[in-house]
Amino acid sequence: MRFLIALMLMVTPAVAETVNGLKTVDEFDGIAEEEARSVALFEEMLKVIEHPRCLNCHPAGDTPLQGDEMQPHMPPVIRGEADFGAPGMYCTTCHGSENVAFVTGEGSIPGHSPWQLAPVEMAWVGKSPAEICAQIKDPERNGGKDLAALHEHMAEDGLVGWGWEPGEGRTPAPGTQEILGELTQSWIDTGAMCPDA
Amino acid sequence: MTTLTVNGQDVTIESEDDIPLLWVIRDELNLTGTKFGCGIAQCGACTVMVDGMPRRSCVTPVGSVDGSDIQTIEAMDSPEAKAVQAAWEKLDVPQCGWCQSGQVVSAAALLQMTRQPTDEDIDNAMAGNVCRCATYVRIRKAIHDAAAALEG
Repeated sequence: MRFLIALMLMVTPAVAETVNGLKTVDEFDGIAEEEARSVALFEEMLKVIEHPRCLNCHPAGDTPLQGDEMQPHMPPVIRGEADFGAPGMYCTTCHGSENVAFVTGEGSIPGHSPWQLAPVEMAWVGKSPAEICAQIKDPERNGGKDLAALHEHMAEDGLVGWGWEPGEGRTPAPGTQEILGELTQSWIDTGAMCPDA
Repeated sequence: MTTLTVNGQDVTIESEDDIPLLWVIRDELNLTGTKFGCGIAQCGACTVMVDGMPRRSCVTPVGSVDGSDIQTIEAMDSPEAKAVQAAWEKLDVPQCGWCQSGQVVSAAALLQMTRQPTDEDIDNAMAGNVCRCATYVRIRKAIHDAAAALEG
């Protein structure tokens, strides 16, 4: 019996899977039509893009959001000219190069170097999937990135990666940064198509 | 082990690296002018200068500032700090006083960066310094007063 189970495991084809709420690229192999597969891949990427760990620092206005509830940042801080706070109250007044657990109770203050807001032209809060898709492909609104650089941002950037290691008191982004990178690459390879709405 | 310069003195700290800088300043170096308020970077009472920039010492592990130059309220003697302290006395800003060392450090830091701040500049820079006695009107007025004195 044990031999049979082992044999069954060996002959079972590699199955697609969902990791921490994010589908891997293999899950999309069943979508034959390339454009539809590309759109489906982007919609999976959106699970990360629209997660509070990402949206909180891609706000539409001049105030960052915070926490899983996406409340306005407390203390009340502003974006500032360099997306880094106001003179005298830069992000680094409180945020260090790594998460710091509070010593007086539960929770932690998030940190990473660098720690700053995405520029306002990269705002995602309140945008539709189609709008976000068009925006992140547009070098005028994505910091001058071509698709290869966009993949690098998703797959390699340290501040993006913080989204999966956010410290006590914050839910990590779905999946892993590696899976997001693979989804992004497959989306690009299938034409980087955008949803209609 | 962490090596710091605190108020011009080289010091070696034997505490664990994850001990907050505030604990070191108050309990090991006996510099009690810097206050504990909330412990979670929400009130600003623990503000000190780290390498010339304001920093909440309650959420700063001492190991993360190894080699840094720390200045506490006891040694704030820049022209901006002196102008702030003079304005604070002139306008009798403090009430209970608990938050005031943090307020003075933040105000002096603001004036180092913005010589003639507007009300908006002051509100933005001081937003993280909470005063339970609500002396905000006097704080803002005193910062303007200090800015005017610096302008001479």
